[in-house]
Amino acid sequence: MRRKTVFAILSLLALAPIITQAAGPTAAALAFTCAGCHGTDGSSVGPSSPSIAQMDPEVFIDAMQAYKGDQSHSTIMNRIAKGYSDEQIKGMAWFFAKQKLRLQPQQHDPQLARLGAELHDKYCEKCHEDGGRPGDAGTLAGQWMPYLEYAMADYIAGKRPYPRKMQRKVDAAIKDQGDKATSALIHYYGSQH
Amino acid sequence: MSDFNRRDFIRLATGATLASSALGFPGLLLGATPKVVVIGGGVGGCTVAKYLRKLDPKLEVTLIETKKTYTSCFMSNEVLSGDRTLESLTFDYEGLKRHGVNVVIDYVSAIDPSKKLVFTAGGDQFGYDACVVSPGVDFKWETIEGYDETVAETIPHAWFAGPQTQTLRRQIESMPEGGKVIIVAPPNPFKCPPGPYERAAQIAMYCKHHKPRAKIIILDPKDRFSKQGLFRQGWSQLYGFGTENSMIEWIGAAGGGTVEAIDPSTRTLQAEIEEFQADVINIIPPQKAGKVAFASDLVDGDWCPVNKLTFESSRHPNVYVLGDASSAAKMPKSAYAASSQAKVAAAAIVARFNGIEPGEPTFVNTCYSILGEEHGISVAAVYALNRDSNTIESIKGAGGLSPMDASPEQRKREVSYAHSWFKNLIEDMMM
Repeated sequence: MRRKTVFAILSLLALAPIITQAAGPTAAALAFTCAGCHGTDGSSVGPSSPSIAQMDPEVFIDAMQAYKGDQSHSTIMNRIAKGYSDEQIKGMAWFFAKQKLRLQPQQHDPQLARLGAELHDKYCEKCHEDGGRPGDAGTLAGQWMPYLEYAMADYIAGKRPYPRKMQRKVDAAIKDQGDKATSALIHYYGSQH
Repeated sequence: MSDFNRRDFIRLATGATLASSALGFPGLLLGATPKVVVIGGGVGGCTVAKYLRKLDPKLEVTLIETKKTYTSCFMSNEVLSGDRTLESLTFDYEGLKRHGVNVVIDYVSAIDPSKKLVFTAGGDQFGYDACVVSPGVDFKWETIEGYDETVAETIPHAWFAGPQTQTLRRQIESMPEGGKVIIVAPPNPFKCPPGPYERAAQIAMYCKHHKPRAKIIILDPKDRFSKQGLFRQGWSQLYGFGTENSMIEWIGAAGGGTVEAIDPSTRTLQAEIEEFQADVINIIPPQKAGKVAFASDLVDGDWCPVNKLTFESSRHPNVYVLGDASSAAKMPKSAYAASSQAKVAAAAIVARFNGIEPGEPTFVNTCYSILGEEHGISVAAVYALNRDSNTIESIKGAGGLSPMDASPEQRKREVSYAHSWFKNLIEDMMM
């Protein structure tokens, strides 16, 4: 080996501890900073910032990347998501996926919720299984109702990208029950805790 | 959990790597219970106490606070518009006790860092392995002639939420229609940088309905202030700012906004260029670190210098200073900043007890202001530590203000998120 190469390798080795140190904050340290809005370990106490505990990591990553790239409408998350690398977002996704979701009761209209339950079974259950409980699609059961309202309004206004087949299903639910459809679904999800 | 596993867990949680044997407390690894004394039951103190116990339930954590209940300053401007009661901002310390924190109601007179002892006015003393000081701010009373603690009973600062918030609310309610309110804003740095300007909007929100000819004047020793563009836009949309009939008027340093003296008997302020007389005066005095920081030799100038990797005092080892009292540039003196710093300090203290190096810190600040029933604005930042300059720098390309010219729907959503931010911040610190 040439002298110069050996020297280069030795210098790299000497730098190694510094490189390790610059690995950045842990997922837990990053996730702790979210709690002021999303609750300790991601269970929000409301009234509108969503719970993110027990969230599917892929859904979390997609949501954060959409905020980061200004693909998804938000008030503040587009500004915050830009502060994190792809690796850091992945780390936070797994941190929150492992936290147990704690839900709170919400005021809802039981009659609307009953209609929402029917609509859910017909149009949403296939992806948001078990009434929208934590699974591999976004958590809907027990999610904060104002947040669900904002999210649905943004989907319908084209300000938030629909995942997979969701647009067809939302259109079908609205065709079925008119404007009542989304509020019925939201009251159904709000009724679960 | 065996010690080996516990160490592993802590390393994962705090991001710490194995340190040289020179660091840490080797004796503690043999099974002694490390003791942490936390001074101050605000956002910084409560959050650090809760997260210390969360990261290591074996720790003995004692929090010492003078008041039996906590009343949050954030959201207390809403009491002035009548949108909220002071009770809705008041919480007890039972939640912290459920997390295994020993809560002591007493006044800390000083810390002796050499003996690692905390002394209270009640005559008690507490030994510690680590002491966290989060006393908030105190006022520099001597700066405005004629204004002191006694005068503040009738001409309130209302910068600590409590009886003075209610005094100010009552004075605004009982002033005549067409009355004049003056807010005297403080120089930088001070706690809650957008607070005085949100306060003007909250008072205007009440006056718009009840005293539509009232005037609110802000006298400011600065030429710029937090969220300035958004405040000016919100004030103009809601309260006619910039027109002849504006309910809110702002006079900055260049316009003679610096207040030098007050005559409380005539409610007259002597500012740099002219005198101002008002029906209601609210003076927010210049600020410095809380008393215990001065009594314990933790300050350099007005604030407490810290190593921003851990928030350990640069003046005394094993003492950590958080929140408003610390010199944590470039983070603002806000509740969210204190919460974020508390989590970094908690992880660093736990790492140290386990003989491991602290992990890389990460910080966030989010701060909302409510200008009208359906008008909220925010500022956010994500921060990382620049170790070379010991400066907490906001990550470029991230953070910033709510956009100018946002839709009414957007401003309305920010009000609802502001209320979420309040509830979750409280929950995260003490529930």
